[in-house]
Amino acid sequence: MNKIPSALNLGMRRGVLEVKQFSRQRESVVFTLLFPVILMAIFGSVFKSQQLPEGVTFSQYFIAGMIASGLVNTGFQSLAITIPMERDVGGLKRLRGTPMPASSYFIGKAILISVSMIVQIALLFGFGVLFFSVNMPTGASKWLTFTWLILLGSACSTAIGIAFSVVPKSGRGASAVVSPIVIILQFFSGVFFVFTDLPAWMQQVAAIFPLKWLTQGMRSVFLPDAWQKQEVAQSWENGRTFTILIIWLVIGVFFSVRKFKWDRD
Amino acid sequence: MNVIEVKGLKKSYGQVHAVRGVDLSIPAGEIFALLGPNGAGKTTTVEILEGFRSRDAGEVSVLGFDPKVQGHGGRQWRDRIGIVLQSAADAGDLTVIETVDHFSGYYSKPRKPDEVLAAVGLEEKSGALIRNLSGGQRRRLDVALGIIGSPELLFLDEPTTGFDPEARRAFWALIQQLRGDGTSILLTTHYLDEAEALADRVAVINDGLIIEVSTPAELGGRATSQAVVSWRDGNQIKTEATDNPTSVVTRLNAHFGGEIPELTVTRPSLEDIYLTMIGGVHE
Repeated sequence: MNKIPSALNLGMRRGVLEVKQFSRQRESVVFTLLFPVILMAIFGSVFKSQQLPEGVTFSQYFIAGMIASGLVNTGFQSLAITIPMERDVGGLKRLRGTPMPASSYFIGKAILISVSMIVQIALLFGFGVLFFSVNMPTGASKWLTFTWLILLGSACSTAIGIAFSVVPKSGRGASAVVSPIVIILQFFSGVFFVFTDLPAWMQQVAAIFPLKWLTQGMRSVFLPDAWQKQEVAQSWENGRTFTILIIWLVIGVFFSVRKFKWDRD
Repeated sequence: MNVIEVKGLKKSYGQVHAVRGVDLSIPAGEIFALLGPNGAGKTTTVEILEGFRSRDAGEVSVLGFDPKVQGHGGRQWRDRIGIVLQSAADAGDLTVIETVDHFSGYYSKPRKPDEVLAAVGLEEKSGALIRNLSGGQRRRLDVALGIIGSPELLFLDEPTTGFDPEARRAFWALIQQLRGDGTSILLTTHYLDEAEALADRVAVINDGLIIEVSTPAELGGRATSQAVVSWRDGNQIKTEATDNPTSVVTRLNAHFGGEIPELTVTRPSLEDIYLTMIGGVHE
């Protein structure tokens, strides 16, 4: 008897297909990949003269928040909107009827999110360095932190996005359910404003969710260590960030595996 | 061996008893059609067999496995079946060949993608984006994806809805060819002529129960039902229902001394029989 291909092998094939499909959807490519750059341009220009402590420019502060919220937009937001749309048109049910396992579908999505994150980060770096004098991270340990934040952040955001895809009842309504959550989280998590300037209750709400920790982690990569004094805990708290992202990843994977819906009814 | 064996299948949605005790046995190599009006329990039954829905009671075996089978066993079971659903409108940004080629990678013994495209008559659309296909072409792609894994058992749900007559004929030829290759097929359809052209046996389901299982020719006593002979006598059309149409025709032949004006001998069509069976309820 012939062997059916492994889940990992099919996951890679799904990933290639997902990237191919995504790259042909011009509107979503432009929106997903250029939106952070556009936000960077707007906020960077508006707050150009704003002086932050420790000689940090607003753009330098902002790029940390943009990369962190890029992880949430690209993973959580896009999956929680596009998966219900795929479900609406019967694409998921058809996949369910094949020997392809759910894990391959999830791996494919994770690959798509990672590829689109890499492109997005490259664009943000290029744009930030060229037009807003953003300084790149220096030193191996900063890059190491950056790398695990991106990997763990992408995985976490993908898993929660897949898990959350059961919440919107239809693809058409998905955006209305998902987008406000992301925008509110961005305001609460210190993406657009300096986190410690926010009211305490907002800070406490934000601390439950991953975006606050991703943003804080990214600050540890892009801002000088002297900035730690400005943080709520007067520390980068990267260990805690790691733990909280792992907890959310486990929650996301658990619900993705247990509750994923292939069929609209 | 039977590819499908169902005993006492039951399924309710709240107070609605969609399937109330269905029994089915479908031997390997057969094309079996399930007929019934909307809401009769047709889709529920088929989706339980396909492993998409759970059941409340009864025994179900498809290719020797319970469709509830999960994990690796479930994958091996799905490797042996093909499913053509009512509609799927995804993957518009991929080409036909990219999609068929990708799906072929899911199976242990796939057919060759170009051969499948040729079989469904889509070889000329191979490089076209799926979103640019017509409804009928898209339906043929659905079928291509259903048979790419060389299934032993193929589920076809309303396969020719939206086809023009020519495309339907071509599709029927494809299905007969698949049967020739040894594929067993469970077909649900609204078209009685389709069931008659393709099916070895048909089952009529209504109100959650199988009313009858028979060959299309014998369903509802069709083969033994009375024939109607009609002819013109002067300016009157006359009809006579009879068990012996040949003797009626012989008698008329003698009466007219040759050619009988406007002679027809008809038996009830499958559609007539079907509509009587389901109580004249149109869909």
